[in-house]
Amino acid sequence: MDVLFNQLFSGLSMASILLVIALGLAIIYGSMGVINLAHGEFVMLGAYATWAMQTYFGFSILVALPFVFLAVALVGWIIELVIVRRLYRRPLDTILATWGIGIILQQAVRLGIGAESRFVKGPGILDGNVVIGNVVMSNYRIFVILFSIGVLAATWALMTKTEFGMKLRAVIQNRGISECYGIEASRVYSLTFAYGAGLAGIAGALITPLYSTIPTMGTSLVVDAFLVVIVGGLGSLIGAAAAAVMIGEVTAVFSMVMNDTLGRIAVLGCIILLIRFRPRGLFPETVRR
Amino acid sequence: MKRRDFLSRSGAAIGATGLSAPALLSSTRWAYAANGTIPVGLLFSLTGAVAVVESTLHDAAQMAIEEINAAGGVHGMKLEPIVEDPASDPATYADRARRLMIRDKCVSVFGSYTSASRQAVLPVTESRKNLYWYPTLYEGRECSRNVMYGGAVPNQQQDLLIPWALEKFGPRFYMIGNNYVYPKEENNYCKTLLEKLGGTVVNEEYVPLGHSDFASVINRIRAEKPDVIFSTVVGDSDVAFARQYHAAEFDPADMPVVSLTRSEVEVKAIGGEAAAGHYSSAPYFMGHDTPENKKFVEAYQKKYGADAVTHFVNEAAYFQVYQFKAALEKLDPSQITPEAIRDAAVGITLNAPQGEVLIDENLHTHLWPKIGQWQADGQAKVIVDSAERVAPKPYAAYEGQSCTGQGLVKA
Repeated sequence: MDVLFNQLFSGLSMASILLVIALGLAIIYGSMGVINLAHGEFVMLGAYATWAMQTYFGFSILVALPFVFLAVALVGWIIELVIVRRLYRRPLDTILATWGIGIILQQAVRLGIGAESRFVKGPGILDGNVVIGNVVMSNYRIFVILFSIGVLAATWALMTKTEFGMKLRAVIQNRGISECYGIEASRVYSLTFAYGAGLAGIAGALITPLYSTIPTMGTSLVVDAFLVVIVGGLGSLIGAAAAAVMIGEVTAVFSMVMNDTLGRIAVLGCIILLIRFRPRGLFPETVRR
Repeated sequence: MKRRDFLSRSGAAIGATGLSAPALLSSTRWAYAANGTIPVGLLFSLTGAVAVVESTLHDAAQMAIEEINAAGGVHGMKLEPIVEDPASDPATYADRARRLMIRDKCVSVFGSYTSASRQAVLPVTESRKNLYWYPTLYEGRECSRNVMYGGAVPNQQQDLLIPWALEKFGPRFYMIGNNYVYPKEENNYCKTLLEKLGGTVVNEEYVPLGHSDFASVINRIRAEKPDVIFSTVVGDSDVAFARQYHAAEFDPADMPVVSLTRSEVEVKAIGGEAAAGHYSSAPYFMGHDTPENKKFVEAYQKKYGADAVTHFVNEAAYFQVYQFKAALEKLDPSQITPEAIRDAAVGITLNAPQGEVLIDENLHTHLWPKIGQWQADGQAKVIVDSAERVAPKPYAAYEGQSCTGQGLVKA
């Protein structure tokens, strides 16, 4: 029984990481229709930004978080301005363009910083574990879970409670009409893309103490992020959250009863089945394009 | 041209080339060491997924070549390194090996880190009767007459380690590795040892290459409470595993990870704090205290920067070039061919950074196994040093099979 509870906590922890990675993608993909294959590289940039701030300024991860968010958001903003903006009417081309951006970012980091894995120290105050009976929960993982819930709530508030969110939703529903009402759609898109990129950066910062920081780390993460977005349903925040929890927990339970390799295969099998019967995901949004 | 004419003519042409092909081969007996230089190929990935480690093998081999040339070369001839970058892709390895062996007429090619890339080059070097110097520790179960194996095979990594770990920590082993051939073969051999010694395997588990979330593995370890974690997790997966293992607050004093794959490279990324107290088994550690090693580390750091690390694979990449040189010295310059180098290399001893190594007639290397304990400064302290040099037995896990000077012999 303890094994199960420990495993469920692992699943939740995995879900929280998936959620922060996927949330930025869900926003960019869901609201702008841009399939951003460079998302994994934004995560990677976040991890490297954290490493740089720790190495050169001595910032701990917690202190670095807001700066990482701003730095990666800035990169995202520039990329939107220079490349993605020109491709809104050609969604298939965005796949190729963002994939190319991903390769460029990856190689730039490899050439500029080096290919070897970088060491980022975890925050000292979050060392240790909470032990309840035989269930052991790492403080850092608990922090990531709470933080991801916080990010989800903040994003939800941004989308529904602020003027920016209202404009974004208006632009999503009908770009032409919103522009007639004086909403500057291109600016809204820029900021949304930057926000999504910034969230990816935060995800990168959060996973550095657990994973290894290398230029190619984004490649596998972006696959997981897309799985979450597709299972959750395009553009749905609640869908992304539900899908992250589901994928995390299912992976954890499968890897308990089988092992990690078979667990992964089983999860992918389940997702294929799910997509077969619910092609638009768990919580499809009805959006007129 | 009528169709019939075309067929008969092209048939004749094919026949003619078919006949002339052997003549062509025999007429161009390659002068391997012409023009006062000896061409050698360096086939290490400088880009792509495994470049992080593999480029350090390139650096070490390159340094050895430069040292040899600076000291006057061999028979007054300089070694001429021809560098190809196979970009971490096995098919490209085969292609570039072919280029080095045919176009550039290399007498030997030094290369590869992964088993997949070595196996891609294997048919090329065998059909070309060339010589491929492979510096990495590997899973054994191979016995080519055209590959010089400089790294440890399972018996050289485990014969010292497993009895020691069982004695010191207890008999219950938890095996964790990446899901490919190396961990599986190492675990096979480990199981035969444990059977003899009365140890047990509480779990044998493989995660995909590049796997980075070890939460469920750690939960299982917590539930099983083994005495020893026997790890063959490689590269970035190992970095993630070590950090999460440390975060789970397992005490290395009563549940250590003993790894066959963790070197100074991984520990640098893991961080000394998380790696401290755990063990690795290898023939070489950067902290090994001998004059040869001191010289090697100093030269390496002088050339590649003060934070560059040497490890058990690039040490072999380095000494293999010297073994190659020693073999060349035994030959008359007019007789230099890859197979003559191979035959001359057998039995050569050399003072490598790890100790005096010897090339066995099965083309593997007699090495000095060591057990190192990682310290907080990222270096390993050698705590057990093998009393004797250990012979390579690539088929140790397979009874009745052995790799000899005549190739694989089955009883």
